[in-house]
Amino acid sequence: MTAAIPNSAAETAASSAPAEQLRIAGLTGVDIELAIAGPGSRSYAFLIDWQLRVLIALGWLFAGLLLTGALGSGPRWHGQFMYTVVVPAVCIYVFYHPVLEVLMRGRTPGMRRAGLRLVTRSGGTPGTGALLIRNVFRLIDSAPAFYLIGLLCCFLTEQRVRIGDMAAGTLLVVDRPAPAGTLAGLDGALGHAGPTALAPEAAELVQELLERWSALQIERRGALARALLARLDRRESGQPPETWSDAQLHARLRELLSADHADERGANERG
Amino acid sequence: MSAGAAASGAQRDAAAWVKARSATWSEWLAAARAAPARSAGAQLDVAAAQRYVEQYRALARDLATARQLLPGSRTTAALEALYLQAHAQIDRAPRWSPTALLTLLRDEIPAIVRALRPTILWIAALMIVSAAAGWWLISTYPNLISLIASSQMIDDVEHERLWTQDLLNVVPSSVLSVAILSNNIAVTLTVFCSGIFLGLGVCYFVALNGLMLGAAFAFTHQHGLAMGLLKFVLAHGPVELSVICIAGAAGIALGESLLRPTLPSRRESFERTARRVGRVLLACALLLVVCGCIEGFISPDPRVPMSVRVVIGLGYWCVMLLFLSGRLLAWTRRGEDPAP
Repeated sequence: MTAAIPNSAAETAASSAPAEQLRIAGLTGVDIELAIAGPGSRSYAFLIDWQLRVLIALGWLFAGLLLTGALGSGPRWHGQFMYTVVVPAVCIYVFYHPVLEVLMRGRTPGMRRAGLRLVTRSGGTPGTGALLIRNVFRLIDSAPAFYLIGLLCCFLTEQRVRIGDMAAGTLLVVDRPAPAGTLAGLDGALGHAGPTALAPEAAELVQELLERWSALQIERRGALARALLARLDRRESGQPPETWSDAQLHARLRELLSADHADERGANERG
Repeated sequence: MSAGAAASGAQRDAAAWVKARSATWSEWLAAARAAPARSAGAQLDVAAAQRYVEQYRALARDLATARQLLPGSRTTAALEALYLQAHAQIDRAPRWSPTALLTLLRDEIPAIVRALRPTILWIAALMIVSAAAGWWLISTYPNLISLIASSQMIDDVEHERLWTQDLLNVVPSSVLSVAILSNNIAVTLTVFCSGIFLGLGVCYFVALNGLMLGAAFAFTHQHGLAMGLLKFVLAHGPVELSVICIAGAAGIALGESLLRPTLPSRRESFERTARRVGRVLLACALLLVVCGCIEGFISPDPRVPMSVRVVIGLGYWCVMLLFLSGRLLAWTRRGEDPAP
């Protein structure tokens, strides 16, 4: 059986979605969309990865040089130096992308930092063969210098792919947006989404404000909290919210979410 | 009923539905968190996999409902993230296993090479013709060697010394092998990838290699060193040149997929061809690793006689033919169920 309720809202959204979206046909008939990463996000992820691999390779090289200098020198060190210092450093630089993409299933540290990941055209995780083919074509994408061909391809193709992606059938997409797209966001959403008298939208607003509490300025979060409490808080209290301190506002918002848990516990005890 | 009352009723429905489903979602969340660890470790058994698929279907139903009841909400977005993760877990290629690797080397790569055989022969012919052209060119216009060889190499040959003679005095064999095999693999990959330029890139690289080979032999022949060069090349050359031809044929297939797509779009055709013929590169890399060892340890060693080089060169070439035809690993098929 597929979706019980047709996802007309999603379909409406899809029809008005920008072209740089990957629409994944779910195996159940419920489709979902992912934003395709543009050349900017790609370059950002690549630069992070490039810095990382250069740093690691140079770190290995310098550590090897120091160690070799400390232990000795001479002809007998030549072969050992090549094998223990130079070759591993070159391998780190050359095999950084293919190895990490395979091990991390389509996400290098740079992509993770930039909030991107590789998917197949059906939204799945790319296999080892696809990832290796993708990396083989770096030879063309990186030519003649600074990934010029790859960047040009990204600018010119509808789905912002380089030649390696075309060959492997992969796409670089933006991971679900941070506010609620992450599993941590879901955890938070589910935390409040239990037994609550607040409407789900209202509870989400409170939850979101609490999540962003430390990132907001005191005046700003105070104003937001007071506005929310004025609408949502039905409990009688001695003093009006306008006079509450920052800590009191925070505590009250938390109570607002957890109060109904207490209500439920009370109801269970009564039951 | 007023619009406000209807909206309030819808909100109550949504809240009740979220309340009813939240416990299940918590369970799914825990399962999703365990998924990455599972994908890196043990595989699911059949019953667990079926449970996972059922959960995916239920998640789809909940997502569709959430889109109706709570459009644009964090709960819907979070369910979408969970749904995407489940989708990625289900829709993924099987993991590599020794059996899959054996099947690739024994059955799939030979099948691809069989399909590419006419192209491989054409590429080999192009290389031979280019080599002959290179020989003729340098024999007729000896001064043109400066376009092909470095001044150091020309100087060495003019003083009746091959540039290959001192290789072992410069770097140890092992280091030389690694340098040679990595260079050869890079050349092979470049030849393959250059097929994207409608196959013209492959023709350029193969013709250039043939031309240089023929020119080098013609130049050394003029100074009485052709046998020395042949002695150097004989042990590793046959397989090395064959591998370039195979990679070139795979590259031509890439170009052909763009010129004459067999699927509705060129992109799809290119993707399918690249994924299929790209497997040949694994065989090429394996063959080149051994070639690199031969070129690092045996080819530059003056103590190895010509007869041994011939045996090694031809023997390894025969092993390559057996490998690429699937006969080398055919013995592993014993005991397996015959194909239906």
